[in-house]
Amino acid sequence: MWVGQALARRARWRWAEIVFWLAAFAALFLPAGRHLILNEIAILALFALSLDLILGYAGIISLGHAAFLGLGAYAAGLLAKHVTDDPTVGLALATVAAASLGFATSFLVLRGSDLTRLMVTLGVAMLLGELANALPDLTGGADGLQGVTMGPLLGLFEFDLYGRVAYAYSLTTLFVLMLVARAVVYSPFGLSLMAIRRNRLRASALGVPVHKRLIAVYTLAAAFAGAAGALLAQTTAFVSLDFFEFHRSADVLLVLIIGGAGWLYGGILGAVLYEALQDALAAVTPEYWQFWIGLFLVAFVMLGRERLTGGMRGLLARFGR
Amino acid sequence: MTAALETRGLAKRFGGLVATRDVSFTLEQGARHALIGPNGAGKTTFVNLLTGVLPASAGRVLLAGEDVTSLSAEARVRRGLVRTFQINQLFGDLTPLETLALAIDEQLGLGGRWSHAVGGDAVVAEITAVAERFGLADVLDSRTDTLPYGKQRLLEIAVAFACKPKVLLLDEPAAGVPEAERRDILDAIAALPVEVSVLLIEHDMDLVFSFARRISVLVDGALLVEGEPEVIAADPRVRAVYLGGNDHG
Repeated sequence: MWVGQALARRARWRWAEIVFWLAAFAALFLPAGRHLILNEIAILALFALSLDLILGYAGIISLGHAAFLGLGAYAAGLLAKHVTDDPTVGLALATVAAASLGFATSFLVLRGSDLTRLMVTLGVAMLLGELANALPDLTGGADGLQGVTMGPLLGLFEFDLYGRVAYAYSLTTLFVLMLVARAVVYSPFGLSLMAIRRNRLRASALGVPVHKRLIAVYTLAAAFAGAAGALLAQTTAFVSLDFFEFHRSADVLLVLIIGGAGWLYGGILGAVLYEALQDALAAVTPEYWQFWIGLFLVAFVMLGRERLTGGMRGLLARFGR
Repeated sequence: MTAALETRGLAKRFGGLVATRDVSFTLEQGARHALIGPNGAGKTTFVNLLTGVLPASAGRVLLAGEDVTSLSAEARVRRGLVRTFQINQLFGDLTPLETLALAIDEQLGLGGRWSHAVGGDAVVAEITAVAERFGLADVLDSRTDTLPYGKQRLLEIAVAFACKPKVLLLDEPAAGVPEAERRDILDAIAALPVEVSVLLIEHDMDLVFSFARRISVLVDGALLVEGEPEVIAADPRVRAVYLGGNDHG
């Protein structure tokens, strides 16, 4: 029956997706030298994917997504330092810790305008950053968490200096969580999120329990961000207060906007472009690359406005052009 | 027999402004009831109170005898109180297929599932049935905002119907529809199953008098009069405030 086929087509794997993942895994076999940056890209992409779930699909804008990244990083770092150096255990713990924080703070983003949400999310990240700063015995305070050493991945693969194992680890985590994200956005749950983002009142008039769905997706996105934080802490063997900083939240928002929110791969595309741009500019003008990246962003946003979906569109309308 | 929908002393104040005053209203089982009133009479506020979009300042809303006054909008929908919207509030960049799937998934209690893609035999069968009933089968897979306006209005009713309403509030279903497509809407409304109790909120007197077996007139937030169409058409007060002397009897 064609109705069933038309529905099934929504979730079908596209060729471009398959090619992309094959290429990403094939990059493991590149000669040593690029894996450190590839690892960084994979982690940033996961962080942006996490933001995409709430911004691109549910329309919740956040300027404090680093709260979950930071919490995940400290959870993984502390576990490695004090309990076990098994990376996968740390990854699991960080995910659970960040999900718990996401659940607890989701109640703050249920109501209110985009502006309220920006302030609330920003505030939560600042609170956590300050908390980490105020507990130097636990977190190392401003010096960061020293002495994080990781054991071999799955008890088999030692992390190498060139980042090959790190990239394999981060990419695999990104891939697995992408499978989860894919399932989620093409499911009835994902469809209800898309409805909420487009018209919340209308969604509730169809019987969608809006609050319940927003709490669920915010918790899920926080879990993803916590995983990204764990990967970052484990593969760089370092955690600092910087993980909670505003620029982390702002960067990931930019990455998602560059790649386009609301189609799952925006985070990955954005992360690749952002890192490549940063890399290229730093090579040409080491001192002024931030100037050029700023200029690029302004130009991009002015020209590519239609890519700004959901919350960003509302925000632009509110502040005028 | 318990009324399908009932309000008792329902009131809404916005600061000093009284939008709904002490409305006690009954919608019988299987009703074909119209609510009319001049612009600014408070029809939209009344619908928002019924559906739970706005909290009432006083009074109660009973759905099949059960007090739903404190329930959320979505909880009322799940109990069978469903509305359509006056101006287009459909999801423009989704397809009718997706929109119907969304409503049906919620109706079947599957809306929170995330491990399976949208689909499944029950959902597909229901979408097919609803699409055929409302003449939408050939446009299911197009973006909603590319459809002719008449089809969009049909989808609006179809989506509400997919929520399995016991009480259906139709808010100006034919407003803005070109004459050529109007007939389809009227037919779809006329063909609604008898067990669905319908309250039609409408400006269009031809539609009201062809559809309704009972009419209530809302003026200035209060019920002015209620009765059968002939009675309403002949009522001098109604003619004075609303019908402007035109003879619709």
